[in-house]
Amino acid sequence: MSDIKLAEAPPGIEGSGFFATSFDKVVGLARSHSLWPLPFATSCCGIEFMATMGAHYDLARFGSERPSFSPRQADMLLVMGTIAKKMGPVLRQVYLQMAEPRWVIAVGACACSGGIFDSYSVLQGIDEVIPVDVYVPGCPPRPEAILSGVLKLQEIVKNESLRRRDGPEYQELMSKYGIQ
Amino acid sequence: MGKMSNQTVLDKLNQQFGERISAVSEPFGLLTFETSKDSIISILTFLKNDPELKFIYLTDITGIHYPGTEFPIGVIYHVHSLVNNVRVRIKVFLEELNPVVSTATVLWDGANWMERETYDFFGITFEGHPNLCRILNVDDMTVFPMRKEFPLEDPNRVDKRDFFFGR
Repeated sequence: MSDIKLAEAPPGIEGSGFFATSFDKVVGLARSHSLWPLPFATSCCGIEFMATMGAHYDLARFGSERPSFSPRQADMLLVMGTIAKKMGPVLRQVYLQMAEPRWVIAVGACACSGGIFDSYSVLQGIDEVIPVDVYVPGCPPRPEAILSGVLKLQEIVKNESLRRRDGPEYQELMSKYGIQ
Repeated sequence: MGKMSNQTVLDKLNQQFGERISAVSEPFGLLTFETSKDSIISILTFLKNDPELKFIYLTDITGIHYPGTEFPIGVIYHVHSLVNNVRVRIKVFLEELNPVVSTATVLWDGANWMERETYDFFGITFEGHPNLCRILNVDDMTVFPMRKEFPLEDPNRVDKRDFFFGR
């Protein structure tokens, strides 16, 4: 007997031979369980992510089976580590190359706020150059914390409306970062 | 070949350059002296090309800032004689406004990046350098961050504001 749990179907109307629900929910459910990660690892948080991807913690259980080292096919950008100011434009370029829909997780104190590096040469949080969806605190965070961040993002993805990215709120956010 | 003593090196330098060498000391056994920006290249040339001394290896060029003194900006050269197993440190102090010194790239190609780094952090101009531009910091940086008048911290930092600590 397998103990694999399937994702729960969204609320809808079920009858003999059909199931009707909202398109948003179905697409959100599908997207949330196939978030292809793009690891952007620059320091020790990246090592924790390697443990997260490994057999013991196994991020693949949550549908992030395939780390995508090309931004074109990635859904979820994981920024792990100190981003120096010279690295800022590179990170932005990687974000711009990702296709919509795209999400960003800032893993660790450095990516979230600059961490211990309160210095002229270090970006004080990656949200200075790209929008961030989930922040994972810790220095470095344990693999459990990274998993929790990914699960948080899955909740965001599930509940996001299909057309959010055409909405004025999202467009305004993007224009704040000078993207478009 | 055995180690050449600091005194031998100093004697040879004194014989050649006399009072152009000042403030001689030996902290931790490392022969250290100061010179002027007009003499530095001729001293380095002598150290490198002298058939006995043979200081053929340029270990480092870096800068230093002592604010409040007459000549606050310093350029520091470390050279190493691999054959004689002896090192020398040479300091050149410059004025705060527009510090200029001749380039050492005429002697060592390796001086290229070292001088770019020193320019990047201290704003010291090396005259005759083939490509004196920033090397480590972002190109659009307007300050020379290792000078004492520029703050170390990033002004965009939000979680260290006094507000959060009830100040």
